[in-house]
Amino acid sequence: MGLEQFINEAISPWLKEEGPDSDIVMSSRIRLARNFEQSPFPLIAKEEHLDGILHFIEREYNHQSLLQYKDLEFVRMEELKQIAKQVLVEKHLISPHLAEKSKRGAALISKNEQVSIMINEEDHIRMQLYFPGLQLEKALEEAFQLDDWLEEKIDYAFDESRGYLTSCPTNVGTGLRASVMMHLPALAITRKINRMIPAINQLGLVVRGIYGEGSEALGNIFQISNQITLGRSEQDIIEDLKSVVEKLIEQERQARSWLMQQSELELEDRVFRSYGVLQHSRIIESKETAKCLSDVQLGIDLGFIKDISQSILNELMVLTQPAFLQQYAKKALNPHERDVFRASLIRERFSIEKKEES
Amino acid sequence: MECQECKQNPATLHFAKVINGYKTEIHVCEQCAKEKGYVSQDEEAYSLHDLLSGLFNFDSVNLSPSQENSSNQQTEERCNKCGMTYKEFTKVGKFGCSSCYEAFSSHLNPIFRRVHSGNTAHSGKVPKRAGSDIYQRKQLKELKLELQQLIAEEEFEHAAKVRDQIKALEQNLNHNGEGEK
Repeated sequence: MGLEQFINEAISPWLKEEGPDSDIVMSSRIRLARNFEQSPFPLIAKEEHLDGILHFIEREYNHQSLLQYKDLEFVRMEELKQIAKQVLVEKHLISPHLAEKSKRGAALISKNEQVSIMINEEDHIRMQLYFPGLQLEKALEEAFQLDDWLEEKIDYAFDESRGYLTSCPTNVGTGLRASVMMHLPALAITRKINRMIPAINQLGLVVRGIYGEGSEALGNIFQISNQITLGRSEQDIIEDLKSVVEKLIEQERQARSWLMQQSELELEDRVFRSYGVLQHSRIIESKETAKCLSDVQLGIDLGFIKDISQSILNELMVLTQPAFLQQYAKKALNPHERDVFRASLIRERFSIEKKEES
Repeated sequence: MECQECKQNPATLHFAKVINGYKTEIHVCEQCAKEKGYVSQDEEAYSLHDLLSGLFNFDSVNLSPSQENSSNQQTEERCNKCGMTYKEFTKVGKFGCSSCYEAFSSHLNPIFRRVHSGNTAHSGKVPKRAGSDIYQRKQLKELKLELQQLIAEEEFEHAAKVRDQIKALEQNLNHNGEGEK
């Protein structure tokens, strides 16, 4: 189990649960960056230092459990195939940096995939914790418990005036990056989101696409996170983020009902066209897939489509990513082959839903 | 589409630059892109790191080759523990180890202020084992002094920020106190 599950299952166990406002908020994430006091940061540390850290973490934490996070599995990047690493990135269990750039990188991943602790990424330790829906406070509370648990055996690099010391000045202080993944189709259709993003930025928050820095908002999925880590308490940072997210939820709901009042038929048409494309196409690229999935998800949320599971967007967004497709196909695929395989996988997925219904 | 810089060649490079969330689209030809610094010399993508290290380099944000020599005058400050120099730090935009914070401390406040909208001191979680309330109390005192001074100088905007820091610190101290009972 363990690693095999991480790589073979598209949808993490925790993502199957419903959370508050989970029709709009797909997930909440808390990330804390920490470093060992005695070793230089991974960027310039000698391999023997990094090896020392790996051994220590493996010895102390492999197969340990905390709270509901059972059986942390220690996974070394060097021992993974390229595709396996990419799959972990696509599932957000590790960062692209850990997969590609880290010397002596590893991760501790809990069985339910809710917790992933990256080792020797840009910082020695980057723990991240996911919750379905909007649950930032809960996530922070448990991240703190996780942090305290790790700290029992680790001397953190900490300075009373600067806080937790990190490799990059943008993380110093709390080392906290709180982010919320949101599906905002109605704000995107009405183009309201473009006007809202600058305002959100002015509040010290960042809006990105689904795969982080520099990525496009594929499938109308937006990731909103804090930028400032120094000088504000974790609770305040989260409070700010939460209030903006709540505003966005409200605005998205308003935009949805406005669309329903103004142009229900057009909306229904859009949803079912996309549904048709997903059910019948033979070749489909990831961008079109994301667009159609977003429409179908909106269709489910608005009640146009009744026979598909609520988590289809979450699931197929990951399942149709390049590495996951190849993992599923059990062989390397070129881009064209991927588009063909993607189309057949999606058709299959939708026909399973239909059968289960009838 | 023609290049927006020279208005002669066709625009072959299209950028969407996002600075603090403001998206600006740039359409230029390759030559202008290089000349205007939209593409860095080694042709690698302009990354967040470049932007950041730009932030640190106050006197020479856009280093053109001819200007580079002048920045050699910067004194060679070096972290004793990991050997990183301040100059290297401004280039990479990353610290080498925890001691770098001490070694480069005289330069850090302006950098932190820019990155963390005016803040230079931590006011969040403290490690259970290593954290000491004493230092925080000291910090609190200093901040309160600063606040008085700012109010006297009628720097109210800044004062409000300091007041928030004080609030957060006090909350933190109370919180820790409760935990120790």
